[in-house]
Amino acid sequence: MAIRINGSDVAPPTDPRTSLLDLLRDGAGLTGTKVGCNQGACGACTVLVDGTRVLSCLTLAVQVDGRSVTTIEGLGSGGGLHPLQRAFIDCDGLQCGYCTPGQICAAAAMLEEIAAGVPSYLTADLSAPIPVSRDEIRERMSGNLCRCGAHNGIVDAILRVAREQTP
Amino acid sequence: MSRLQNVMIASLRTVLGWVPDRWLPGSRPDALIGRVAAVGRHDVRVDGRAKVTGTARFAAEVAMDRLCYAALVHSTVARGRIARLDTTAAQAAPGVVLVLTHRNMPRLAPPDLIGVSNLSAIGNSSLPVLQDADVRYDGQIVAAVLAETQLQADHAASLVRVDYARADARTRFEQAKADARTPASILIEKNHETKGDADRALAQAAHAVDAVYTTPALNHNAIELHAVTVDWQDDALIVHDATQMVAATAATIARLFGLKKEQVRVFSPFVGGGFGGKGFWDHQIVAVAASKIARRPVRLVLTREGVYRSVGGRSPSEQRVAIGADADGRFTALVHTGYSVMPAYAACPEQFTLGSRVLYRAANVEFLQRHLDLDVVPNTFMRAPGEAIGTFALESAIDELAQAMGLDPIELRRRNEPERHPIHGHPFPQRALTKAYADGAQRFGWTRRAAEPGARRDGEWRIGMGCATGTYPYTRMPGATVRLTLRRDGTATVASSAQEMGMGTATVQIQHAADRLGLTTEAVSFELGDSMLPPAPFAGGSGQTASLLGAVTAAVKELIAELLKLAGNDSPVAGLRADEVQLIDGSVAGIADASRRERFQSLLARAGRDDLTVTATGNLPLEMLRFAMHSYSAIFCELRVSDVTGEVRVDRLLGSFDCGTILNPRTAASQFKGGMIMGLGLALTEETLFDARNGRIMNATLADYHVPSHLDVPEIEVMWTGIPDPRSPLGARGIGEIGITGVAAAVANAVFNATGRRVRELPITLDKLL
Repeated sequence: MAIRINGSDVAPPTDPRTSLLDLLRDGAGLTGTKVGCNQGACGACTVLVDGTRVLSCLTLAVQVDGRSVTTIEGLGSGGGLHPLQRAFIDCDGLQCGYCTPGQICAAAAMLEEIAAGVPSYLTADLSAPIPVSRDEIRERMSGNLCRCGAHNGIVDAILRVAREQTP
Repeated sequence: MSRLQNVMIASLRTVLGWVPDRWLPGSRPDALIGRVAAVGRHDVRVDGRAKVTGTARFAAEVAMDRLCYAALVHSTVARGRIARLDTTAAQAAPGVVLVLTHRNMPRLAPPDLIGVSNLSAIGNSSLPVLQDADVRYDGQIVAAVLAETQLQADHAASLVRVDYARADARTRFEQAKADARTPASILIEKNHETKGDADRALAQAAHAVDAVYTTPALNHNAIELHAVTVDWQDDALIVHDATQMVAATAATIARLFGLKKEQVRVFSPFVGGGFGGKGFWDHQIVAVAASKIARRPVRLVLTREGVYRSVGGRSPSEQRVAIGADADGRFTALVHTGYSVMPAYAACPEQFTLGSRVLYRAANVEFLQRHLDLDVVPNTFMRAPGEAIGTFALESAIDELAQAMGLDPIELRRRNEPERHPIHGHPFPQRALTKAYADGAQRFGWTRRAAEPGARRDGEWRIGMGCATGTYPYTRMPGATVRLTLRRDGTATVASSAQEMGMGTATVQIQHAADRLGLTTEAVSFELGDSMLPPAPFAGGSGQTASLLGAVTAAVKELIAELLKLAGNDSPVAGLRADEVQLIDGSVAGIADASRRERFQSLLARAGRDDLTVTATGNLPLEMLRFAMHSYSAIFCELRVSDVTGEVRVDRLLGSFDCGTILNPRTAASQFKGGMIMGLGLALTEETLFDARNGRIMNATLADYHVPSHLDVPEIEVMWTGIPDPRSPLGARGIGEIGITGVAAAVANAVFNATGRRVRELPITLDKLL
């Protein structure tokens, strides 16, 4: 078996205690995934597993054996930026840049969750399509902390991409 | 912090008072002020792409051969001695390379403490690091383990057995007040300032308020953990650090380990948030020593808990503010005194009364701060040290007085605007706080505020509005130096050991250098984060940008002189003096006669030069001691308070700033908002909880220390007067810290307006409103 990371197969770690976060950063050299707390409190280590966001610090690498992991390095295509990456730059949805990869990965999966009709605490009508509103974004992104205070720009960036995607 | 220092600063101010204005920096305001070019444009960050793609390289991310990983053991008692230290099991654990304790640590002196007399000193603690068996605070590093992997190091560290002989520890704020220390000075200001008889004026005042306000201990909580990767290569030491002070870190490590300055090279191209916390602490010393002994490269990343345990934060405070006013609301007395914690081995006073000394005119005043000596991790500076919490006390008191007088709080402030610095009498080169209030009030819709508290309601929610003033001083550091290279192809590079931790350092410095050089921003690059580059000051005191602006200005002046020397007799600019030319459109051009110009390309080609390099240091920042240069803000807040739960939800927050020229509205708006959001945390959720029985932090995690999350942050509006300060480079005054100031009071005042409840104890948690 193997873990598919950004399209390439990587052998699972020999030490079963290894977290997906440590496999990415220390094993695969993919340091775009960040570490802020190692206990699931900050969201900096968010990556996508089969398109769903997970906290890689709370995920054992062996749990994702046979699955596909996308990190910030693999989010764009063909060397180009993912629309969210572009929008984060344009809307200044970052300052120091440390929580940014986690914010972007979380945002990518979060928009899919809304599109798939997964409700949040704030969703008023569970039977209707869920609008991509500021409040929905803020509620669903609250697991990703930012200390520089780029929150407004992050929400602006996500909203912009959501509007581009739904004509 | 001495009386001698007070005398020296006072003398210097006096002497500078005799110096004609025209001899001081800014006597001829910067020629670039008001010019519409790259400065003032909404440029996107030059490092944005690196940051959104994950390629920006942080300190813990540098790959190295034979790297080993460190884990720390922190003391679990506040005061005592290590009675038994058993490292046998740790030594025998798989993968362990080294166990470092006070027994095998090299003998090292502590670093020089941060202070105003030595700007290259960056020590936060004068306590020895792993030098003896003494424990002075809970969280102190007592051992370190190196292993082949982080997991092995973490496991082995858990096997280090430490037994302590406990001693009595001072851990209670209240008890320490009895023998509080009174320092002679607070930073460069005299501590105890008095004018007239404030107590008597207070007793006789037509209107008066007198209250005590408290603020908790706080932690910076940058999302990037403190990290250092160290590599001894023969006689050279490479340190990849997450630091706000690149040049001084290299110099300090060299001094500590007996190396020459050029043998230590510190890299820190990106810092994942600092806010005052990414300074020089024990872990860097431990990592360097461990690497030396193990003869291996070492990576040391503090755990999140380790950051709380071994890197200090903002001191808690207890502040008294008393204001007396006559029947018209003019202040007859202003008193701001109080306590903060500063252990004898710490270096950073929490200067909470300094902002109060500049904001209002009052006939009688008293300002005084006292320091409590507790056995806790040494406190340090955190975003707007002093003003962040000082404005909470002062601006809450102003609101209380306005309420008592039945006067609009903005009007009360307006009536007490000083015309000169209330203590020194220095002129304000630029101060438009009243305009910031007027503009902000209009945009915010302040007139919709109900003067009577508790008057607005929406279901279970009571709604209120509040405002408050923020302030932060201008700083330009002496010694800021840049190297400037102009190439024949019309490109230029500015290089300095400066720091980037989210402010947009390179982005705005490129904008400035481009205008100064007459080039486009595309033609200019900026190198930073490397101690081999000419020294920049540390990123602190909101002073890095202005300091670098001054250095770049000096470098361009020198470059012009060199270009004219190279020009020779055949150049169209031959014979022109440096003050008769300007750099424009890639050329040296006469100011009076613009037809006399020569392109850099042709000038350098004729001189047979591929490039021209100059290195220059900014002129002495004497303007700081001669003029009252401060930034201001008017913060407006509208919020809801639930009758049922006491929950506070901030719906609107607006900051109207008066900070001189804004260099880049895009990055400036982000920095203002970032400070204001940290202010929301200060107001409502943040608190480092020390167990008063034993001095141990109880909430040393991001799950238990509540920084604002997305749902806590409303859409924030920022605006600014943009009026340049004629005494500073480009008219700019620095904006990194002012955003947090005033916010806590604006929130507290809005809570009062909503509920009629005056909360004088931060944070304003639900329990205080039930």
